[in-house]
Amino acid sequence: MAIIRIVSNGQEATLETHKITQPIGNEPEEENVQLVSGTVLVSRYVIQDVIGVGGMGSVYLARDQHFPNVVKLVAIKEMINRAPDALIRKTIVQNFEREANILASINHPSIPRIYDYFSSGNRSYLTLEFINGKDLEAIINETPGFLTEERVLGWAIELCDVLQFLHNHKPDPIIFRDMKPSNVMVNLQDHIVLVDFGIAKPFLVGQKGTMIGTEGYSPPEQYRGEAGPLADIYALGATLHHALSRRDPRLEPPFSFGERPLRKINQAVSAELEAVINTALQYNPEDRFPSAEAMKEALIAAGRKTGVLNRVGTATASIQPQGGIKPLWTFQCEDEIRGGPMYYGGSIYIGSYDHNLYSLNAADGKLIWKYATDGGVVTRPAAFEENIFVGSEDKLLHVVSSRTGKIVWTYYTEGRVHSSPRIAEGHIFFGSDDQRLHAVKLLSGRAAWRFEAPAPIRSTPFIAQEMVYFGCEDGDFFCVDFRGQLKWHYKAKMAVTSSPWVADGVVYFTSLDGMLYALDARAGWVIWRFRMGKGSISSPYLMDGLIFVGSADGNIYAIDIHTAKETWRLKTDHQVNGSPTIYKDALYCGSVDGNLYCIEYKTGRLRWKFASKGPITGTPLVYDDIVYTGSVDHFLYALLA
Amino acid sequence: MKKSILSWLHKKKDNSVSAHTDVNTVPLPESQIEGLLEHGPHMEPQQFISGCGQSIGKQRDHNEDCVFTISISIGGEKSSYPLGLYVVADGMGGHQYGEIASSVAARTLSGYILRRFIPYLSNPASPMDESIQDLMRAAINDAQRAVTQAAPGSGTTLTAALVLGQQMTIGHVGDSRAYAVHPYGGGEALTRDHSLVKRLEELGQISSEEAAVHPQRNVLYRALGQGEILEPDIFTAPFPQAGYLLLCSDGLWSVLPDSTIFKLITSAKDLQSACQSLLDAANDAGGPDNISVIVVQLKT
Repeated sequence: MAIIRIVSNGQEATLETHKITQPIGNEPEEENVQLVSGTVLVSRYVIQDVIGVGGMGSVYLARDQHFPNVVKLVAIKEMINRAPDALIRKTIVQNFEREANILASINHPSIPRIYDYFSSGNRSYLTLEFINGKDLEAIINETPGFLTEERVLGWAIELCDVLQFLHNHKPDPIIFRDMKPSNVMVNLQDHIVLVDFGIAKPFLVGQKGTMIGTEGYSPPEQYRGEAGPLADIYALGATLHHALSRRDPRLEPPFSFGERPLRKINQAVSAELEAVINTALQYNPEDRFPSAEAMKEALIAAGRKTGVLNRVGTATASIQPQGGIKPLWTFQCEDEIRGGPMYYGGSIYIGSYDHNLYSLNAADGKLIWKYATDGGVVTRPAAFEENIFVGSEDKLLHVVSSRTGKIVWTYYTEGRVHSSPRIAEGHIFFGSDDQRLHAVKLLSGRAAWRFEAPAPIRSTPFIAQEMVYFGCEDGDFFCVDFRGQLKWHYKAKMAVTSSPWVADGVVYFTSLDGMLYALDARAGWVIWRFRMGKGSISSPYLMDGLIFVGSADGNIYAIDIHTAKETWRLKTDHQVNGSPTIYKDALYCGSVDGNLYCIEYKTGRLRWKFASKGPITGTPLVYDDIVYTGSVDHFLYALLA
Repeated sequence: MKKSILSWLHKKKDNSVSAHTDVNTVPLPESQIEGLLEHGPHMEPQQFISGCGQSIGKQRDHNEDCVFTISISIGGEKSSYPLGLYVVADGMGGHQYGEIASSVAARTLSGYILRRFIPYLSNPASPMDESIQDLMRAAINDAQRAVTQAAPGSGTTLTAALVLGQQMTIGHVGDSRAYAVHPYGGGEALTRDHSLVKRLEELGQISSEEAAVHPQRNVLYRALGQGEILEPDIFTAPFPQAGYLLLCSDGLWSVLPDSTIFKLITSAKDLQSACQSLLDAANDAGGPDNISVIVVQLKT
């Protein structure tokens, strides 16, 4: 692995990490002296302050001078190698490098990023992401009274997540080995970050059964030098026990957690959570959870049972990220924007309740043209060969030239159009409040066929394998072929307003009855159902074996499509009626609470949220790293993704 | 430019718009559609065919495994979808309890599932209220109750595949296995073993070579009949197209490498001979345990 280094004579060079031994700057070579504020390392980092002192050296807050226009802060961890023997010194440096390389190659929100590393003489330095927050030990000491179960459960789940990540590392699992409150940082968003990856750990040679770790939190087998992933689980249990009981295990006899039952000390702890922690603290590794993943599932199950989990997300999602998100541009319509935008040929097309369809320049939001219908436009437009298709509450499907904004043709239905159109195989398909699904030929503008349903159709049809799938307002869900013949139908208990998603022979859709359904796309059998807290009009989005959807219960869910198990959920402050969309590794979804959420889709971690001044009910659009979303506050926003 | 935008617009969802931008699209007449759909040898109705086999093995004196298979095909005017249920159970426990446990588990589960399907078979228009996964879960719970009553203290593995049309739903507890075998070589295990040794292997504590000879390799941390709360693995996946579904007890997979198993299946002339070769190979390798195999194919 190579690091680019600017050496002192101004030339850039690419060096292998393990070959760096030349002098690195003007820092003092004296033994064991802490660097003072103002010292510059490798002509780049200016030491500001000491933020920690450890057994092997100090941790400094420094400023990276490579970013002159902003104050870029980093943490620099120092390791002063005091071993008397030259061979041991070399081994320590090699260990340092090996662990630095491993950390440089992993990427997890709960692990600080490594930016740089260098060593010289008997000192080694690691430049890390600076985590602004406090460690858990400080929080425990500074909080009067007990910490709440909500907070601790939230941290516990995140800690299991990062342990799971480390334990599943390929080719070799990474065992943290030093889980304890002082190694768990809690940042300003109340998320945890693990610090101190054993880089500053002394390498003890010649001692019987190399004991690595901190007394009190380590499991029995670690004293025998046999620390595996289950040791991390024990240490996590010990950390949680300390956090909830305020009793430091280092001050007690080892492995005596059984003598201090949690609920005896802190009555507010639920029996379910106590049971999970007790399992993690079992003396024999085989009696603990078999994996961090199993412990995480147990924690989630405990949180669900006690209802604590519903409150966990709120604590994190309602904290505003540092510095508001600024839109790239905004555009104001004369009334609410309920539907989603569409991109075509460099323009963004969006409809509004003010009866207009707008064409805006995607890059700067300038109006290109607007086209007036006679009713609210609440659907997402579709595009085909220079024409834009959109339905309106004036009962028509309007076909407008994308260049001129002038009408090309219209198609009449007998009801308001609330369903966004879908184009496939030379036809355009959409539903209407006149209870029909219309299939219109693009060339002629005439209906190829119309399918009669028992109730208005507001869901956007999904076309797959020459079948058309859609729901209607009385709960019926239909599969119709390209000739308009019914293949099968299923009846949910309440309206199916949202649009389905079909993949790999399975069709997914939500209903106002609170369920997410997975049906066999050919035959219509229900494969599984997932129950949400309340009804949903949000259309699911499928990616990577997970299906994402919102619900009126305020949550955004991620469900595994094979096992129907919830992978994560994120709670917003109001109903989630809009539908999510995914771009690269993030999920974007709006909520009635006015925010557009950007969430890492694999982990459910909130990246940022943007506050508009009204509910967001449409599906956002992401194109070329820009997110476009409309809001009931009349604005269309363009944000950096 | 047009084509790339269209393909971007539609690549997010599996819509049938493909590269037809420059062509005037007109719906095809019936005859042409029929002609296009006839590609290759095509079987009506779609059906599941299966073979199964059992052997006591070379070192046991009775058989504690149980297998159950049923394949239903309905052809005719109203197209119908084939249905299959395939179950392997491997019992354990002294005093003949092992064979009681596996038999009770397999029969109870199958009985439960088939009873739910009878109304649908008689009248395809009557929909099933339960979801397939809920049905599997309920059937396994029923089997758990039956086993604890009929043979208390015993245990059994249970791996059941309910295949409907193109989707298979698998309910699984223990260390019998389900595999997807590809037609031209290769395959993968669909289930994970609920054995202590597999756990250690997953955690990187031991290697797979060590796992194969570990003295505690038969210890399960989850089995039917054991423990109060049963958490089976239940998942749905598409049936291996043009390939095979293999269900087997550990009497097969613990003595033969996966590659050998796949080869014996894909090179056999029919499913019954595939099963026979698998049993023979397992016995040649020592046959330390009862061996059960079920091989399933979907003919379309």
